[in-house]
Amino acid sequence: MSVESLFPRLEALLPKVQKPIQYVGGELNSTVKEWDDADVRWALMYPDAYEVGLPNQGVQILYEILNELDRTLAERTYAVWPDLEALMREHGVPQFTVDAHRPVRAFDVLGVSFSTELGYTNLLTALDLSGIPLRAADRGEDDPIVLAGGHAAFNPEPIAEFLDAAVLGDGEQIAIAITEVIREWKDEGRPGGRDELLMRLAESGGVYVPRFYDVEYHPDGRIKRVVPNREGVPWRVHKHTVMDLDEWPYPKKPLVPLAETVHERFSVEIFRGCTRGCRFCQAGMITRPVRERSITTIGDMVEAGVRESGFNEVGLLSLSSADHSEIGDIAKGLADRYEGTNTSLSLPSTRVDAFNITLANEFSRNGRRSGLTFAPEGGSERMRKVINKMVSEEDLIRTVSTAYGQGWRQVKLYFMCGLPTEEDEDVLAIADLARRVIQAGREVSGSRDIRCTVSIGGFVPKPHTPFQWAAQTDHETVDRRLKALRDTLRKDREYGRAIGMRYHDGKPSVIEGLLSRGDRRVAKVIRAVWEDGGRFDGWSEHFSFERWMSCAEKALADEPVDLDWYTLRERDENEVLPWDHLDAGLDREWLWQDWQDALGEGEVEDCRWTPCYDCGVCPTMGTEIQIGPTGRKLLPLTVV
Amino acid sequence: MAFSAGFSPHPKISYAGAAPTGVASEAEYLEIGVTTPCDPQRLRADLDSSLPPGLDVLDVVEASGGALADRLEGSSWEVRLDGVSPGRAREAVERFLAEPVVEVERLTKKGVRRFDARTAVVSLAVDETAGHDAERRAGEYQAVPCAILRMVVRHMTPAVRPDDVLSGLRQVADLAPPAPPSVTRLAQGPLDASGGLADPLAPDRGAREQGPAGGAGEEAVPAPANAADAVVGR
Repeated sequence: MSVESLFPRLEALLPKVQKPIQYVGGELNSTVKEWDDADVRWALMYPDAYEVGLPNQGVQILYEILNELDRTLAERTYAVWPDLEALMREHGVPQFTVDAHRPVRAFDVLGVSFSTELGYTNLLTALDLSGIPLRAADRGEDDPIVLAGGHAAFNPEPIAEFLDAAVLGDGEQIAIAITEVIREWKDEGRPGGRDELLMRLAESGGVYVPRFYDVEYHPDGRIKRVVPNREGVPWRVHKHTVMDLDEWPYPKKPLVPLAETVHERFSVEIFRGCTRGCRFCQAGMITRPVRERSITTIGDMVEAGVRESGFNEVGLLSLSSADHSEIGDIAKGLADRYEGTNTSLSLPSTRVDAFNITLANEFSRNGRRSGLTFAPEGGSERMRKVINKMVSEEDLIRTVSTAYGQGWRQVKLYFMCGLPTEEDEDVLAIADLARRVIQAGREVSGSRDIRCTVSIGGFVPKPHTPFQWAAQTDHETVDRRLKALRDTLRKDREYGRAIGMRYHDGKPSVIEGLLSRGDRRVAKVIRAVWEDGGRFDGWSEHFSFERWMSCAEKALADEPVDLDWYTLRERDENEVLPWDHLDAGLDREWLWQDWQDALGEGEVEDCRWTPCYDCGVCPTMGTEIQIGPTGRKLLPLTVV
Repeated sequence: MAFSAGFSPHPKISYAGAAPTGVASEAEYLEIGVTTPCDPQRLRADLDSSLPPGLDVLDVVEASGGALADRLEGSSWEVRLDGVSPGRAREAVERFLAEPVVEVERLTKKGVRRFDARTAVVSLAVDETAGHDAERRAGEYQAVPCAILRMVVRHMTPAVRPDDVLSGLRQVADLAPPAPPSVTRLAQGPLDASGGLADPLAPDRGAREQGPAGGAGEEAVPAPANAADAVVGR
């Protein structure tokens, strides 16, 4: 059965929408395979607009890996903007892939990558436009398996009702394994239908199939237990960890976007995982252990990716890029290779460390020396101990002084507001810090032409972190503290004008908090919001706090719980959390102890350089830290 | 590839008179700055294979100097009007051509702008053969008439686009097509005395035949000394 392209019908709608180019496809390094030559077909979705979704690493990696498999094809689909959504409904055009413009419902799997919970309403739009029933229980034999991945999938419970399956952790190997399970089942003539396919996936222990688990509640609304409801389904589902990243050097052929996107660069992941142990950081907790890519593989990937794509910026990606054991040699080697060319290098996510200035200097050889970004996260020394961000004020001042002294003119500092145990003075301490930064900068540079920008986000407690038990700070308190900080900076005659402040109000964080730590009952809220028109919740111009509040109130009216119960309530040690049956490898007792240590302002070292402190991941998952140094160097490229 | 100097270098590419969004084109032109001489046909093939299907790089020639944009004096357009009979279109065209000035309005980023759409129109006619053909073809299926307009429009400031001419037709003769028009740019180039369009790359082709002598730029000089003109069609 072949599938027709929707493009002729879509094309007629494109003159009436904003940025029509985002729906056209055919990017450099995109792939279109013959439908009939494949027997397993994936539609990969990033549930946001093309401009945000296209650069996503996860989708690009899986797209390339799946398309490299025989008899397998993968195409991409993104959230359509409300203007096109309305036209598609009017003209009966279903959700399409941008590659061959095939209808999403015709695929075997719809794999959706959730970096953030704010994409949940966009999932519902895509399902509805595809003609796929929203509730997994209502789907039939002809509907794709709707599969979630990405960091938010470590607690997929709020969208469990809409999912057939979810996968935790690195996607490379499990995507191939799922493909083979589907292929075998189809080859056998689809025995047992959809139910058996899901059962085969669930039995492996590597795919979470929410319908095979029942959630039981206490009368007060807390979860009593989560229990498999049929034979053969494991009690816990484990995350996936790719060991030896050198064997998985993707993306090899980065997609070159047709429309302007948020990141226009070729990103190379230089390592995965982080063991710095920042307690607020879900990414750092769920991606353990640290696995480095070797310097030579990084060099090869940069060379091949630039050649295949023509990008003139390369980003060295990871959770804390300066922590690579050979980052100095990588920086120098790449800077040497690309000196005098139009290829520039960038290093996102660096720590407050004077060594980073050396790196930044290497990377700015080809271009500008404009701004550097650091993330102390907490304004006061006490706060930084609570979150285990081990940066002293002296470190910070020394680092920024070096930067200003070497010609950098702008330093950006990231902080969070609403952290556990935070008091007003912890936030006001940010002003003191910023003042000292400018003061030191003026001294070393001898110039008043230097700036510091303070950027602040609201803290949201996340599953699988020591703060999963914490009460989220209410948005009124967050907003009051932010306003006090802003007023303090504005009043400062000596330094105020050199300090900029960027922040958002605390309301969206409350909704993110609901979706992050919610359970299956939250699905009703998400559905109500979507039915009321909620779309693109990650975009401030589309997000409506009032809609979320009123829908939450109505949808949860018959439950013993409400929005505050999910967000503002501190949990005790023994409460069953909605994601306890999903195993990120972290030992629950260790997490609880780390939460207690946080309250006692106790710090934890990085296990890369100090002995193991038994977080539990490596023994549970059968993994280990993989770091260099390899001792190898990057040789100059021979020009062809 | 040549890059501009300055704080954030960007590739030296200039698009001359790009067609509006939503309009098909068989004749778009652009200039690309290069830092070293390169084989135009290799550049054509490389560019063509990097672009999405439907965007074809038809030809690349080495620039012989002078601004390409200045040579693109006019465009030839084909406009298909579904649901409009050729007779009705012909009548509207005659009334439009009889006017010395037809003021139309267009919503731009700066608000509503009012300008003359008549003076820029060098020629405008209903394509009788194509029209009849289309009418017959359409008639076989659903009896929907179809008129095809062909026009040559001089590039002026403000630019007069085919939709401005259609606004003019609506204004002088109440011609209101029931469906969105399908517009295709067929050609661009210097206008000749008879109102036709010549090949805008002809001077470059001539220079190439004469060989590199005369400073056509075979040396590796920094941008913008070398430039290649490419023609892109759909």
